[in-house]
Amino acid sequence: MGDIISAFFSTPILFRALIVGILVSLCAALLGVSLVLKRYSMIGDGLSHVGFGALAIAAVMNWAPMVVAVPVVIAAAFLLLRISSSSKIKGDSAIALISTGALAIGVMAVSLSGMNSDLDSYLFGSIYAISDEDVVISVALALLVLVLFVFFYTKIFAITFDESFARATGTKVGTYNMLIALLTALTIVIGMRMMGSMLISSLIIFPALCSMRVFKSFRAVTICSAVISVVTFISGMVISYEFGTPGGASIVCVNIAVFAVFSAVGAVLRRNRA
Amino acid sequence: MDKQEFLINIENLTLSYENMTVIKDMDFRVTGGDYLCIVGENGSGKSTLVKALLSLKKPVGGTITFGGGLKQNEIGYLPQQTGAQQDFPASVYEVVISGCLNSRGIRPFYSDRERKMTAENMERLGITHLRKRSYRELSGGQQQRVLLARALCATKKLLLLDEPVSGLDPMVTAEMYELIADINRSGVTVIMVTHDISAAMKYASHILCLRQDTWFFGTPGEFLADSSSDFMKGGENNG
Repeated sequence: MGDIISAFFSTPILFRALIVGILVSLCAALLGVSLVLKRYSMIGDGLSHVGFGALAIAAVMNWAPMVVAVPVVIAAAFLLLRISSSSKIKGDSAIALISTGALAIGVMAVSLSGMNSDLDSYLFGSIYAISDEDVVISVALALLVLVLFVFFYTKIFAITFDESFARATGTKVGTYNMLIALLTALTIVIGMRMMGSMLISSLIIFPALCSMRVFKSFRAVTICSAVISVVTFISGMVISYEFGTPGGASIVCVNIAVFAVFSAVGAVLRRNRA
Repeated sequence: MDKQEFLINIENLTLSYENMTVIKDMDFRVTGGDYLCIVGENGSGKSTLVKALLSLKKPVGGTITFGGGLKQNEIGYLPQQTGAQQDFPASVYEVVISGCLNSRGIRPFYSDRERKMTAENMERLGITHLRKRSYRELSGGQQQRVLLARALCATKKLLLLDEPVSGLDPMVTAEMYELIADINRSGVTVIMVTHDISAAMKYASHILCLRQDTWFFGTPGEFLADSSSDFMKGGENNG
């Protein structure tokens, strides 16, 4: 175990991945509680596919990846939010349309440019994808997300629990929904390169669902999600280092195990209460 | 009557829902301490009127004026049960204190004053012992008490209740009505949308009855005497 710890601190690539990963996991878990409860988890999934398309095109055109992906994903977030809050269009199918569309465009771009070897790392992530420059941007964005989340925590609770009451008592629900979409978009762009666009939305969904099995207050669920997210991230990284498995997939597998444990604990608690 | 200060004054109000006029040229006035019941068939415009009172819907014509120091975001609103919150992890305390948000502005955390107000309103509705319980584990009646406490945190003057007893069993319904009447007696004005005409007749100081093309506003006595009051005579078959 000591070897692993010293490896993480002495290898710059691993250390960078650790820093960015912990921050992204925290952001994803905090936002995840609200997204899952608002039935918006599909938006996270849709955004990661759009992010893949943006990254692929940026790579082919030789543009800076973050500079392209951040605005594109933010724009997509607002669009998806609009679609899901409008009852006239079927939200889930519209999201599927956009996400598979973006995925296809990305794959076409990559294969036409003959960079098929990169496809795998875009789809399933790679800790080697994180450059020094990325670390600075990622840390700044992640801190921004965390600060905004804490600052608006009470409002986020109110609009997540009961939009109509919040609206009636003068909370600008639309603005805060956009804030949540914006923060989600940022989190996904930062986390996508390491986790892969296929797997990043698991960081949003798993911790929230796990904590909701056991905890009963919004605050406890939020804190527990943050803890689960960081712990599963670090465990996943250790597994990935030890067994040479891909980082993103290892983290998701740890999350599956945690979900099973929390479901069992939740079931036992409910039975004892009844 | 005009001497008494009004809380809400409605003049020539016309409202439409999806391009259909549901309320036309309506006038009425709510004064401090009133208990107004809004009754009417489905589709008669009750929900649209509620939205307009909450300033969530712009009138097509006419005006809604708030008086007596009532601000637009100071209406204690109890929404219809949506079912969306049924599986939500939130403690009773978290739900009640979220009613204080409208007076907070941009400041991020709750102050001692708001914590105190939350505690008082929980005590008033007899839910202090449920403080740490999860909202989703409560019975329907307990949930409504929690939402009522939250509404009281949002207002000192006016409660707007949208079918507060739907889905509750008769005993809990009676308790709920007594609770609302108590709050009204303590000086809080109540506007309640309901399907329950007998409760409206028993508790309300005024009744607003919405019908397809017309409306009635008056005291329960006047409502009973109103010859066009088909709603009362026709009963169930009319709907």
